[in-house]
Amino acid sequence: MDYLNEDLQSVHDKLVAGDLTASRLVTDTLETIKTKEQQVDAFLTIDEKGAQEAAAKIDAQPIDADNLLAGMPIGIKDNLLTDGVTTTAASKMLANFKPVFDATVVEKLKAKKAIMIGKTNLDEFAMGSSTETSAFKKTKNPWDLDKVPGGSSGGSAAAVAAGEVVAALGTDTGGSIRQPAAFNGIVGIKPTYGRVSRWGAIAFASSLDQVGVFSRTVADNATVLQAISGHDEKDSTSADYDVPDFRAALNGDIKGMKIAVAKEYMAEGVEPAVKAQIETAIETFKSLGATVEEVSLPHSQYAVQTYYIIASSEASSNLSRFDGIRYGYRSPEAKTLEDVYVKSRSEGFGDEVKRRIMLGTFALSSGFYDAYFKKAGQMRTLIIQDFEKVFEDYDLVVGPTTPTTAFKLGDKVTDPVTMYMNDILTIPANMAGLPAMSVPAGLVDGMPVGLQIIGKAFDEESVYRAGYAFEQATEFNKNVPSFKGGQA
Amino acid sequence: MNFETTIGLEVHIELKTNSKMYSPSPVNYGAEPNTNTNVIDWGYPGTLPTLNKGAYTLGMMVATALHADIARDTHFDRKNYFYPDNPKAYQITQYEQPLGKDGYIEVEIDGHKKQIGIAELHVEEDAGKNTHGSDGYSYVDLNRQGTALIEIVSKPDMSTPEEAYAYLETLRQIVQFTGASDVKMEEGSMRVDTNISVRPIGAKKYGVKSELKNLNSFNHVRLGLAYEIKRQSQLLIAGETIRPETRRFDEKSGETYLMRVKSGADDYRYFPEPDLPPMHIGDDWLKEVQDNMPEMPAKRRTRYVDELGLPEYDAGVLTNTKEMSDFFEAAVANGAAPKQVSNWLMGEVNAYLNDKQIDLQETALTPEHLAQMINLIKDGIISSKIAKKVFQEIIQNDTDPKAWVEAKGMVQLSDPAKLTPIITGILDDNQQSIDDFKNGKDRAVGFLVGKIMKETRGQANPKVVNDLLMAELNKR
Repeated sequence: MDYLNEDLQSVHDKLVAGDLTASRLVTDTLETIKTKEQQVDAFLTIDEKGAQEAAAKIDAQPIDADNLLAGMPIGIKDNLLTDGVTTTAASKMLANFKPVFDATVVEKLKAKKAIMIGKTNLDEFAMGSSTETSAFKKTKNPWDLDKVPGGSSGGSAAAVAAGEVVAALGTDTGGSIRQPAAFNGIVGIKPTYGRVSRWGAIAFASSLDQVGVFSRTVADNATVLQAISGHDEKDSTSADYDVPDFRAALNGDIKGMKIAVAKEYMAEGVEPAVKAQIETAIETFKSLGATVEEVSLPHSQYAVQTYYIIASSEASSNLSRFDGIRYGYRSPEAKTLEDVYVKSRSEGFGDEVKRRIMLGTFALSSGFYDAYFKKAGQMRTLIIQDFEKVFEDYDLVVGPTTPTTAFKLGDKVTDPVTMYMNDILTIPANMAGLPAMSVPAGLVDGMPVGLQIIGKAFDEESVYRAGYAFEQATEFNKNVPSFKGGQA
Repeated sequence: MNFETTIGLEVHIELKTNSKMYSPSPVNYGAEPNTNTNVIDWGYPGTLPTLNKGAYTLGMMVATALHADIARDTHFDRKNYFYPDNPKAYQITQYEQPLGKDGYIEVEIDGHKKQIGIAELHVEEDAGKNTHGSDGYSYVDLNRQGTALIEIVSKPDMSTPEEAYAYLETLRQIVQFTGASDVKMEEGSMRVDTNISVRPIGAKKYGVKSELKNLNSFNHVRLGLAYEIKRQSQLLIAGETIRPETRRFDEKSGETYLMRVKSGADDYRYFPEPDLPPMHIGDDWLKEVQDNMPEMPAKRRTRYVDELGLPEYDAGVLTNTKEMSDFFEAAVANGAAPKQVSNWLMGEVNAYLNDKQIDLQETALTPEHLAQMINLIKDGIISSKIAKKVFQEIIQNDTDPKAWVEAKGMVQLSDPAKLTPIITGILDDNQQSIDDFKNGKDRAVGFLVGKIMKETRGQANPKVVNDLLMAELNKR
């Protein structure tokens, strides 16, 4: 099964019509994955046996005609725990780590009879914007195999873009779903902080991390997000709110919607050709009956600096548990307790992870806390207030997802600051905990551009409503990748 | 040179909960290593804490009992440090906004009352336990990991080891009465760290403090502090500098030994715990705590004196533990005279407990049985002498006192119709004693009573015997 020209509905129809069984679908999907993986390298683990067993169970009963996810193979980012299936966070530290439980999101997908087909590549512990910091492999962008898929959820994005799966889960701490979605010409949402349980998601920065969805269409995105959303008593930061029917918002009607464009998101750093695509998108919204006006989010300019202090500080604490004692990598050289810590962590973590642990440890140190962590917290409040002010008058904020299209493999990995600046447009939504989605907004030189739509907290419906209307009007999602390059 | 001492105490108390502070794992003693644990306690990737609200409520009760201000808006913080018994490599505690602040305890030393301030108290989680095997490996047991604790930090208001001792005794008693903890030093549910410094009287700055560890009883605290005062004073007299040290108390020698010199403050990189949302204590929650506060020992003592007519001394002894105090009240509620109950508890019961080295609850004695026995004495059904036998029975076995004395034939003989023939018979046989009595030799009465008691195998009611005997003697 090649999903380039499929969506949940089209595959589901075949299952319901009896043209396809879940087992057959899994076998076909595995074949497609095997072929395309030779070029894309999106997966770290393929769970053939588990997927086939799950499919056989589904085939033992009549297919549920109302459940679009029944029998559907889904890719899972490898920082989400899967019971009995190796979960590495793309780190040598967890190279052989087999969890004993499923993340809540995985459990919820399984409850909807979706099939966990495999674990996708990412930047180590989700720290990166190109998936190049993975300890295991480099994932390629299906639109140009010499380019990065973005990150950190590059594996999930590339797998969906390449047609290996119809949808995949990712996590987004500073743009890790939206940026790769933009780079790969697909739909990716980071829901409101608290909409989806983080139980079983290997923590990077607890106050920013959120699990979300990659898909080829907005409708599929809404369906999968519906399945994984909701309060979880195991996650105290998950919101105890009812989850609305996201698909009900997909009616194409955005007449009278008030859309804001932040001038800071259309500033110098954004490549002119990308900016032009977004300006065209804005015209599309206007033609669909929405009002679009320019606003200011003045503190956005400090978002990247603020983010790297807060995220790294939390990460330095969250990653301390990887100490070589109870699970994970332990240096074979370690003889003393000090050795176990120092050698295991020095050998088990990659450079980018170490860089952030050191940055965060420094920012939390006594004598520096007030100047860094505390000040970053205050700036975060200002960034939140910027959004609150705009959302008094507007329903959505739109702009480019990234300043550029996908860059070449190896281009930025040695220059962390340039790499960090690539997240400048996605970070503010994480800082404020807002739902934000990237939808395809056309191509520049054959590479996809993403339109970012940011909504009010817990108003994913408006984000989906606008995204769906835009998708229907432009059909940019029908573009498919060329798999060019990659000879070198 | 004369010196004054400054003492501050940090007390960790394990809260009495069924599950842990931030995980649903069970809490109980003596389980096989690592059986009372789950993925949260292992610091497993992807796990998140959830707050045990019951534990927090117990913390609020302790804060209320210590007259502390309860923070209405608070959050949790992470204290970061690496150690094998600390699987997340951070402890979830309250650093910026502790549960309670500015409380106090009133202690009594040699009849003088003194208030000792509580700087703050906060809830946190306990660590696991490391043991070092003889095979060269160290072992980690995470059963205790995550157990709910409250840390109570005193102000540096104490100036003698006796005050520290009184503070600990009173604190233990108050916390025990809230029901928030078993507060047993020997089981580790109460742990004490002390800070002590000495300075010349009148000096503005505090002296350099040392911290004492390995204090396994209040008495060790007292002895350790006394030793430190001596040690630090001697150093100052000798013109030496006191270093900031952590010292270990050695119970055999009664001395303290250097563990390590503190070099600069540890940096725990505290920051707000992002996995637990900030918490607001609403009026309802606070009121629920206040409404359900058990009566504290000081209030009970006043009530025992004012309403039950007990001497202050008795009231003090009875309220020493909640167990004893509750037992006393239950026995009184069962109709026994308060002073009689008090006498038995302070006398025979305490002697028995001391002798056997056990707690009241480990005996078979019930308040109902004790009350019944006391009333059997009052009603003249048994003698005080017999009562001692009854007591030995009911403290060891779940025996109904009345049924038991009846079955054993120990019921006191008080009926004049039965006693009079015995008395007249003995008088008939002992004319010499009657003569002695008439000649003013009171000893004769004792002799005659002894004869009567022997004849009745000790069951005669001494008071009735006395009355009847005097009447008979006067007749002759």
